[in-house]
Amino acid sequence: MSSNINTENWMKDIGVLDHLSGVGEGSTSAATKNITALVVDDDSVNQMIHSKILENLGIQNQVVRNGKEAVDLHSSGNNFDLILMDMDMPVMNGIEATRKLRAMGVRSIIAGVSTCTRDELEQKEFMAAGLDDFQEKPLTTPKLVSILQKVNKKC
Amino acid sequence: MDVMSQLQRQWLEHSAFLRKEGYLDDQFEQLQKLQDESSPDFVIEVVSIFFDDSEKLLSNMARALEQKVVDFKQVDAHVHQFKGSSASIGAMRVKNVCIEFRNYCEAQNLEECLRCTRKLQFEYSVLKNQLEYLFRLEQQIRAAGG
Repeated sequence: MSSNINTENWMKDIGVLDHLSGVGEGSTSAATKNITALVVDDDSVNQMIHSKILENLGIQNQVVRNGKEAVDLHSSGNNFDLILMDMDMPVMNGIEATRKLRAMGVRSIIAGVSTCTRDELEQKEFMAAGLDDFQEKPLTTPKLVSILQKVNKKC
Repeated sequence: MDVMSQLQRQWLEHSAFLRKEGYLDDQFEQLQKLQDESSPDFVIEVVSIFFDDSEKLLSNMARALEQKVVDFKQVDAHVHQFKGSSASIGAMRVKNVCIEFRNYCEAQNLEECLRCTRKLQFEYSVLKNQLEYLFRLEQQIRAAGG
């Protein structure tokens, strides 16, 4: 059928396999083992894609639908190494959620994930709210890998 | 040529066609790469969610534009969402209509917004048919032992 290039071969090609060896087909690598992530996005399509990208890299992850749910999760004692934060969400958007989480003392890597917005000011505001990184949607495995390299440096 | 090879060739040709005509872009390939033995229906599942969401959004857009006093910000919010999800699955043509549509929302141009709704509906329907055909081929290939 299609050339089902599995994650391992692909990552070998871009030279990332050293960091994340043995990935693919459910195996977890030393580097990604025990990394936890939170996907914050109101769109079901993105939730599924982002979760799968993380899963394929062996990263345990949870999904919530908006900033408030993300904040509540942290209030009840949960913590994650990595948070993928969408910008536009109902109830509480990514900018406000990031601010609140930082104010709560959350030190996780927070990566803003958003569509190419016409509003540069909004993007600056998002970064200023406390992001460690920003990636344009749609998220792909290579983009997540570049975010992960920051997590690895931190851990 | 045996049945399997024929089906595979059809699948490849149709995939190439969809890419060439701009129905799908690289992002769709990214989705295909995510699919594996543990989730052999990943692409179909994501696209099904996309279809469900799209139909809701199109209906919401149409309704918002029918109001006596049109709330263009509301229409724009729906289009923005549609743009996001279509970009996520690699639906390039649909995404591009959304981009155009948003400009007319900003300009509060009702006539053009209505035209864009029709265009969007059309592009979406075509894409849906094309993808459903692709998935049918995949099912046939699997049934034939692929």
